[in-house]
Amino acid sequence: MFNHMETIYLSIVLAPLLGSLVAGLFGNSIGRAGAHWVTIIGVAISSLLSMIVYKHHVINSAPDYNEAVYTWLTSGGIDFQIGFLIDPLSATMMVVVSFVSWMIHIYTIGYMHDDPGYQRFFSYISLFTFAMLMLVMSNNFLQLFFGWEAVGLVSYLLIGFWYKKESAIFANLKAFIVNRVGDFGFLLGIAAILMYFNTLDYIDVFNNLEQHKDTTITIINGESWSVMTVICLSLFIGAMGKSAQVPLHVWLPDSMEGPTPISALIHAATMVTAGIFMVSRMSPLFELSVTTLNFILVIGSITALFMGLLGLVQNDIKRVVAYSTLSQLGYMTVALGASAYAAAMFHLVTHAFFKALLFLAAGAVIIVMHHEQDMRKMGGLFKYMPITSITCLVGTLALIGFPGTSGFFSKDIIIEAVHHSTLPASNFAYYAVLSGVFVTALYSFRLFFMTFFGKENMNRETWKNLHEAPAVVTTPLLVLAVPSLLLGLFLVEPLLTGNYFGSAIYVSPEHDVLSKISAEYHGVFYFITHAFLYPPVYLAFLGIFVAWLCYIKYPDLPGKFVNRIEFIHQILINKYGFDKFNQIVFASGARKIGSFLSQFGDTKIIDGLIVNGSAKSIRVFSNIIRNIQSGYLYHYAFAVIIGLLSLLAIFVHGLPH
Amino acid sequence: MNLDNLPILSMLIWLPILGGIWTLIIGDQQERVVKHFSFIISISTFLLSVLLYYQFDNDFLGMQFVEEFYWIESFSIKYHLGVDGIALPLIILTTFTTILVIVAAWEVIDKNISYYMCSFLVLTGLMNGVFVALDSILFYVFWEAMLIPMFLIIGIWGGPNRVYATIKFFLYTFFGSVFMLVALLYLYSVTGSFNIQLSQEAPLGLTAQKLIFIAFFLAFAVKIPMWPVHTWLPDAHVEAPTGGSVILAAIMLKMGGYGFLRFSLPIAPDASLYFANTMILLSLIAIVYIGFVALVQEDMKKLIAYSSISHMGFVTLGFFIPFGIIAATNSNAGAVMGMEGAMMQMISHGFISAALFLCVGVMYDRLHSRMIKDYGGVVNSMPYFAAFMMLFAMANSGLPGTSGFVGEFLVILSSFKLNFWIAFTAALTLILGAAYTLWMYKRVIFGEAIREEVSELKDIDAREGFILFLLAGVILLFGVWPAPLFDVMHVTIQQLIDHISQTKIL
Repeated sequence: MFNHMETIYLSIVLAPLLGSLVAGLFGNSIGRAGAHWVTIIGVAISSLLSMIVYKHHVINSAPDYNEAVYTWLTSGGIDFQIGFLIDPLSATMMVVVSFVSWMIHIYTIGYMHDDPGYQRFFSYISLFTFAMLMLVMSNNFLQLFFGWEAVGLVSYLLIGFWYKKESAIFANLKAFIVNRVGDFGFLLGIAAILMYFNTLDYIDVFNNLEQHKDTTITIINGESWSVMTVICLSLFIGAMGKSAQVPLHVWLPDSMEGPTPISALIHAATMVTAGIFMVSRMSPLFELSVTTLNFILVIGSITALFMGLLGLVQNDIKRVVAYSTLSQLGYMTVALGASAYAAAMFHLVTHAFFKALLFLAAGAVIIVMHHEQDMRKMGGLFKYMPITSITCLVGTLALIGFPGTSGFFSKDIIIEAVHHSTLPASNFAYYAVLSGVFVTALYSFRLFFMTFFGKENMNRETWKNLHEAPAVVTTPLLVLAVPSLLLGLFLVEPLLTGNYFGSAIYVSPEHDVLSKISAEYHGVFYFITHAFLYPPVYLAFLGIFVAWLCYIKYPDLPGKFVNRIEFIHQILINKYGFDKFNQIVFASGARKIGSFLSQFGDTKIIDGLIVNGSAKSIRVFSNIIRNIQSGYLYHYAFAVIIGLLSLLAIFVHGLPH
Repeated sequence: MNLDNLPILSMLIWLPILGGIWTLIIGDQQERVVKHFSFIISISTFLLSVLLYYQFDNDFLGMQFVEEFYWIESFSIKYHLGVDGIALPLIILTTFTTILVIVAAWEVIDKNISYYMCSFLVLTGLMNGVFVALDSILFYVFWEAMLIPMFLIIGIWGGPNRVYATIKFFLYTFFGSVFMLVALLYLYSVTGSFNIQLSQEAPLGLTAQKLIFIAFFLAFAVKIPMWPVHTWLPDAHVEAPTGGSVILAAIMLKMGGYGFLRFSLPIAPDASLYFANTMILLSLIAIVYIGFVALVQEDMKKLIAYSSISHMGFVTLGFFIPFGIIAATNSNAGAVMGMEGAMMQMISHGFISAALFLCVGVMYDRLHSRMIKDYGGVVNSMPYFAAFMMLFAMANSGLPGTSGFVGEFLVILSSFKLNFWIAFTAALTLILGAAYTLWMYKRVIFGEAIREEVSELKDIDAREGFILFLLAGVILLFGVWPAPLFDVMHVTIQQLIDHISQTKIL
């Protein structure tokens, strides 16, 4: 059985890689259809096999698989290996990644239909699927880091896919470098792990945690830190980069310069959740550092609330969804901080489906609008695009946590978990995520109403050609709408009461907030009705109501309101000034340091003073010497006589003392 | 024919040298013959090094394929050759790179082709000589002789400011090596022999070791180069023809690294420990300072030259981290990783810098400019080229899955064992390296082709594609599976670490 499963694991990662290579290297010879067939088949194989793995490990609760595939290198007595750890956590991620990716491959046929870079695009998204699967299936930090950076690479390539667009190639460079800032922390965390545990294998590290629970390290003179805190903070900095947490979130809104399918796949459903996955995977480590958990709570709640607020003032349909992604990633992060790792993973899964759905719906609108993304130029699309509208509504309801939808369960558990948490930062986090519910509902329905209802604001040309998107586009929408709507109903029970993740996630008893929630759990319908006793549901309804008031009933209301609070509005428009700050301090700052070092250090001091300086002094010196070697015989004869006389004098009188 | 008894090392030296001289005899008139002949010589030399790899015993402690004869008996100077796990990868790198530069020159060099090929082939032989010489005078002869073909390559086929660059290059490196000669002569006076291995074993007082260390340092630090004796490199690169830059970056810089491993560390281990902190500081300055300097370069070759210096910072860091680790932990276990990481970094940098300089060469051949501002939007007319260069740029930024990651990763892991802040500073390269490499890539490759010349560029032809493909292949291979390279050097590095952990002061 196991050998058989090993082949399956290998095929899951290699099928998309093969597809990507074929489409990338032989794209011209196999043509456009060839490229999409080969990659879609690759990802489909991966997806179907992932489902088998899911059945094996999650439904049939087969024992975890943890084996090396090959040894990357051996150095200093440590084997660096490439290998897989398959347990319910990775199996869940594998299904989500490969399935969403599959749907997006299909959608891409329609979305990129007229693009000259068609084959290249399919090659990239298949390569992404490979890298992401390597990341989630890894059993060690080396491979995790490989996947981590490889998804970053593909994200870079895809944000800059339209490489002629100045804004796109600015955004992709920014994304890569901001991610590198996170990876910088991540790498230090890995180095710390290797130093203390002498291995990069997850399970070996987890089994030896006891030894280093109380070890300390001195970083700044006299200050000793818990090693666990240093490791966890460093790893979390990596997560902040990849999962776009404040202040490393700045790259994600700009990443919307890329084609919409990748905004859905990479910048909403999968890659950006890598940080959440990583922290969940490392739960045994994070449980040992309360400092880090508090830090995570604070960062997560700031992201959840304040990034949501930015969604309120955006008019670009994709950017609204992007800010909502930031805010939802904040929710997941908050759950991690509250030690509700399973809840974070639950929200990750539901979010992957409904956010991919929302992006694809936004993409469908964008195609029909001839690549117009400004919502002020849309409106009333419901009657032209019923399938898109209704699936979009499903995604929106799931996003705001409408009772019964998948997002409702996952978000409600997060809020409850924070409520139960006893960490110092949990109070702040609770109010942040609670207010976030209202904000989420408001910007989501603002988007929905501005796009699909109200006055038809598009120009005549576009208006004449309004129609429903083609079947390759609507099919993925319909397929994704199903889990967005129903997944929560099926997953909530095993998750709360069924020990869904098995031993993959560890929570120390004093942080175990989820067990408190599961103690109060008495079935799905009870869970739904019970929710009506708490504020989140009403906050969501209030958000919908306000959106209806502002964008359907009294469309001139927002304008008047904004005039009243112009100052705050400006802050939101400027995105709290993060971009400006980074541009001035880091981007120009680095260039200034570089120019200074180059012109002053290298050119003036080293070359000017030392190198050419010594050359000059040699010249000065040799100019003096040169005068002596005049070439005239009588000069030399004179020197010989002087020398002879001096020597004679010395012989006669001895050397002067 | 029995392959076991071939004097492979001598052949690795003399085949390219004699071949090079023969190209002169063929002469410029028979251009095609010259090209094909030099290509065959370079391929044969490479195959010899492959044969060497296959016959090399990974588990053998000490020198292999030893050849030893008296050369100048009255001074007991010997023609003494041998190879170990440190030299072998560098030899293969040398012979591999030679093929690339020969092919790269194929249609580009139009004046004095036979002299050009001769210079490169002779240079290859001399460089192999440096890596296999076990007699210090023989080593010194190869070391200095190497400067001559390089001097000619830059001086004859170089750019407009080549005279300044060649003189700077020559004086800088010659200045350093004179002190090395003094140190070698001193060692002769101590051991009564020019045998490098005997010098490594000879006990020495701390003061003597310090002076020897400084003398070697002047030679090797200039060569590798370390901050602040690095300023000859950007000038030399800018003026050198593509092939010259490739050899310079891929192999000549490694001479400095090799020198540290063969001379400074084993001959003066106590002085190395004494100076370790200074060396680590200089390496970190190279990594960060030079990273910033690279960011603002407007000339692509200069940018890559600075990037090389920054990458070489990891090599010297990896060489001197082990001293701190051994002193701090009293065990050799953690030290190996830093040293092996540094070796890996040397090999990998050979491939990556060669690739990047060849890429600049490809563009220079078409537009005759190295300035970033003269390009922009190259991807529109040269998509295949852009794809290759993307890979090389990512490798230069140390992306996992490429060889550029392996060395940096191990050195950072190892330096954390010594001190958090060393690892912290070294890891800044993750950000800086990506910033200067990808920013250059963005400005050169991406965007609309604004200049008409750029939009009319021809994509790479089969010859250029072949070179870049070979390099892409090895960069990915060693990124995904570096184990074979490490297997070759384990025994030698372990022995070196054991050796330097013992004091030589009696």
